[in-house]
Parts: sequence; structure tokens; C-alpha cells
Amino acid sequence: MFARLRAERRLALIAYLTVGYPKLALTPALVEAAAGAGAEAIELGIPFSDPLADGRTIQATSQLALKAGVTVAHALEAAKAARARTEVPLLFMTYLNPILAFGLDRFCRAAHEAGVDGLIVPDLPPTESADLRKTADNAGVDLVFFVAPTSSEAGIEAACRAATGFIYCIAVTGVTGARAQLDPAVLPLIQLVRRHTALPVVVGFGISRPEHLAALEGKADGAIVASALLDAIAQGPDDATARVREFLTGLRPPP
Amino acid sequence: MSRGALVKGPDARGRFGGYGGRFIPETLMAAVEELEVAFDAAQRDDGFRRDFESLSRTFSGRPTPIYRADRLSQRAGGATLWLKREDLCHTGAHKINNALGQVLLARRMGKRRIIAETGAGQHGVAVATVCAKFGLDSEVYMGVDDMARQAINVDKMRLLGATVTPVDSGSKTLKDATNEAIRDWVTNVRTTHYIIGSAVGPHPYPVMVREFQSVIGREARDQMLAETGRLPTVVVACVGGGSNAIGIFAPFYDDPVRLIGVEAAGRGLRSGAHAASILAGRPGVLHGSFSYLLQDGDGQVLATHSISAGLDYPGVGPEHAFLHDARRAEYVSVTDQQALSAFHETSRLEGIIPALESSHAIAYAMTLAAELATDDIVLINLSGRGDKDLDIVRGAAGV
Repeated sequence: MFARLRAERRLALIAYLTVGYPKLALTPALVEAAAGAGAEAIELGIPFSDPLADGRTIQATSQLALKAGVTVAHALEAAKAARARTEVPLLFMTYLNPILAFGLDRFCRAAHEAGVDGLIVPDLPPTESADLRKTADNAGVDLVFFVAPTSSEAGIEAACRAATGFIYCIAVTGVTGARAQLDPAVLPLIQLVRRHTALPVVVGFGISRPEHLAALEGKADGAIVASALLDAIAQGPDDATARVREFLTGLRPPP
Repeated sequence: MSRGALVKGPDARGRFGGYGGRFIPETLMAAVEELEVAFDAAQRDDGFRRDFESLSRTFSGRPTPIYRADRLSQRAGGATLWLKREDLCHTGAHKINNALGQVLLARRMGKRRIIAETGAGQHGVAVATVCAKFGLDSEVYMGVDDMARQAINVDKMRLLGATVTPVDSGSKTLKDATNEAIRDWVTNVRTTHYIIGSAVGPHPYPVMVREFQSVIGREARDQMLAETGRLPTVVVACVGGGSNAIGIFAPFYDDPVRLIGVEAAGRGLRSGAHAASILAGRPGVLHGSFSYLLQDGDGQVLATHSISAGLDYPGVGPEHAFLHDARRAEYVSVTDQQALSAFHETSRLEGIIPALESSHAIAYAMTLAAELATDDIVLINLSGRGDKDLDIVRGAAGV
């Protein structure tokens, strides 16, 4: 995915959706709609009861999905159904405990079988990741690690050593959630990360406006839009697919 | 089991056996590493120890006495019950020991803003108190349900100059207050130190909280020897996250003394409305460490219930998980009703109103004492006083 985009010198747009929001039955269609509206990869959030790296929006969508009874098994089914509709790369984002409860090995194999390409686990730092790295690797699933504005040089190095797929560069010191401004300090952070890895560098947290993407064009390999997309869905959950299309094409008009 | 294996633990990765560790977002990693370095340096620094000991004496009111509860012992029938009077600490609970230690540490690190989570409000009051003393800004996260049932402590925190921030997400109790405090920390980590109130969280919190709280056990051990010429047969303490328990247990690790932690059985372990993580949970990751956790089959953390806000938490400190698996400590549970009975009996028979949390330990100790010989000694950690609980007790009496 990134190789092609880099050859085209374009920023990959990655859209985040909470599995089961606004309704479980809609998730595969939303993935297809996002891919059709220019998303080059889709991050599927498996809801967790205690999402401590997430702000209000993703807390709320996770709570709604959990109240509706969404499980890890449902997320796997939704990913499989999405994969049947589109070739777009799929990543799971969830906290460590649901993966532990499902079983590391069983989860990674099931994710691979469902057509999921990578995993993002925000409460799993490289130092605690040996087991999941091994099982993800065996199953052929990428495992993404984070760097943050507060990361030490050693922390950046550890993330770059441990990661497969890409490096997730956190744009703000804070939790997820749409922000008005993109902190320009993320640009030197991207440069610093590139000194330690040849992997693609993808920026997330706070990305919500066309000018944020424009600022990252040519600097990062991708940008993740999450809370702002979910906020757009929340404006009209009955017409969620149209909202996804409208928001993503508004964020970056088709070439 | 050797003293070194346990007391010098955890290992370099913050593991007690397989439990503990550091499961946190990358944004916090550098701060937690900085904290570990600062804590290690403080432990080796005589000046830091002197400050901690001096303020423990002059500000917190240490040492707290041990007290032989004759009438309670008579009621139980059997062994003699002794109480370690942490309820006599400034602010009314053992929580001040940890708050004082961590504020001193935050000052060393140059952090001027302190945040905390609180359940019963005892930790929040302790943090607000020490911050007032040192002129630091403090913000305390508290579930809205807990703010209602522990309203007096909310008033105290505000009086002391702390900002009390209501948390209305999830269960509206301690678990969600902790989530919200961690989110604040992720956002303000450069200027802010997070004082976790129990022996939970990512390494080095569990070991740090144990070290600051183990003054309880060191004093109690010396006092038992001085007063009775021997060590207690059993030490009993309530366990939510487990800070008062680990504090009184740790100095007895190497002694032939039974250690018993009492979890909150709420309306009964079979009711599903309880907070007994070790007895009814299985290992998982919450709030930065791997330990016993009340969770459903899908790894979602379960809502808990206890009449005592301080025990109303789905996790438990990783060292307790280790002590349980290693069979160095035993874990049992006591229901809301049993705790309430002990609350009333201790008030009437001894003239001491215990916190509902500590009443769990008393309730179990009384049952146990009846099974022991008359020359056995049961030492109970009376971790806090019960004035904060009068509304709850009044409400329970009306039910």
C-alpha cells in the first residue's frame, strides 16, 4: 500500500471506524464507503470498556457498541464481511485485554483469516510486546507501534525496532479526539523517526481538517482520521454511509 | 520463601512473578521511566528519608498505636484482636503515607501540578492535604456516584483547595475516575505528577506505594514485640487495590505469620454484585498492569459493587496476585452485611468508628478469632475511620 503511494508521492488517508457504531450491521458497508471515498486503509476499532488513550468521541462510540453487545467475534465477522466487499487494507485497533481474553494466538490467526492486515494496540509498549509480536508474526499480521511527542530517543528506537507495517506517530500530547490545529512539532518528530526506520510513518490523533492533511503531504506517509469521522457519523447516524462519503471527500477531494 | 525474593521484588521489568509490568500508552512511557529513576534515587537518599520520616511524625501523626480490643475479642471468642490504628493518621486513613511520599517525590522531579483519582475520597483528601501544605495545584477525579455517597470528603477536598472533577462515564466510580486521571496525565504529563492511590498501576507504582505504606507493618511489628513479646499469629487487612494490606503485610513476609487479605463480597460472590478480583476474577490488563481482574469472557471489565467505595474496584495490585499464587497470603471475602455488623460492633464495643473498608477486615478477623486458640493474636489493620460513612450506614439501616 505505502510503496505505491510513496511512488506517487501521496499521503495515504486512513479512516478509523468503531466496530458496531452506529450499528454492527453497517460496519462492512461503512468500510466499503470509506474505501470508495478515498481511504487507502481502514482501522477498525474493537470496543473496550476502558479506552484510556481515547477522548470523548471514541469513548462514546465504544460504549454504544458495547451496550449493543458487540464482541471480538463480531469484529472478526465484520472484518471478514468487509474484506469480501473490498481489497482495502484493514487494521484492528484495540486494547490488550480483549486480545488476552480471546487468546493471543487464536486472535492473531482469526484476524488473519478474516483478512486483517495489521494490529494497533495503544496500551502495549514495545517492552511488553514480545509474546504478541511472535504470535502476530506467525499469523502474518503486522503489529504497529507508537511514537509520541514525549518519546525518548530510546523509545523511538524501540518502537522502530519492534514495529512491522508502519510507525504510528502521535501528533499531540494527549488522547484521541478532533483538534482545530495540527501541532507543527509533529514534523521534526517524523524526521526523527525516519532516522531510525525505513517503515512508513503515519500520523494520527487530532487530524480532522483538510489543512491538516495538506500540512502532512510530502512529510508523512499517511494520516489517520478517527474522531472527526465518527463525529460526522454522529451528525446523521441514520445515513451513516453518506456521512462517511461526504466527510472523507470533503477532507480530501478525489484527484 | 526468602525475604529477599519478595521484598526486593519486583524484577527490573516491574514483575512480581508474572504479574505487574507496564502496559501504558507511549505518551506516558518517558514520564514513568523518569519516575522510576527518581524513586530509586530517593530511596538511596538519606535526605529524602529524613524528610519523609520527619513529616510522617510531625504532619501525619506517626507512629500510630496498636490497641488491644478486649471487648471485641470477647465478643468474637477465641484469639485476642489487636488493631493497628491507621484511622488516627492525619486525614483519617493510611492514604496520607503514600500521598506524602509521592508529593515529596513530585517536588524532587519539579512537577508543580498533582492529579489523583479517588473512590471513598480518603486518597483524594490525603492528596489535597499534602498539596495544600506544599502549595501545589491539585485536581482529583471522582465518580459522580462516589461523590454522592462520600459527599463530606468532596467538601473537605474543596476546602483544602483541590479541584474535584466529577466523572460520569462508565460505572461512575473508582475505575472510571482512574481512566479519567490517566487521560489527564496523558495530556499534561510534562508538568503533572499522577499520584495513584493504591498499589496498582504501571511499574514503579505498585512497589513505590508498597514502600511508602510499609511504614505501617514496620511499626506494627515492632509494637507487637514491645507490647506482647511476640509476633501476631495472623495479620488481616482489607483489599481493594490493596495498599493498606501490602503496607502491613510486607514487613512480615519473612516471619511465620499468616497474612490474610479480605476482599469485598458485596451482595455475595454468586450475586455478581461484588468486587472480589482475586477470588472471582482472572488475570488481565487494566490501568497499566497485569493482575487479577473482574472481566467478562470477552475481556471487558465488569461493573463492581461494594458498600464501601474504597473497595469498589475491579482490579487488585499485582503483588497481591503474586502473593496469592505463591500462597504466601490467603484471600477471603466479606459481604456488605457482615461489614456493616462489624462497623456497629466496633463502634459500640470499642468506642472506635471504623471505615466500612476496614470493617471488612474486622468482620473476617472476628470469625477467624473464634476458630483460633485463646493465646493466638490477630492483628487487624484498621486502615481508616468511619465518619465519612455515616450517610451510607444510615441509609443501610433504613433498608
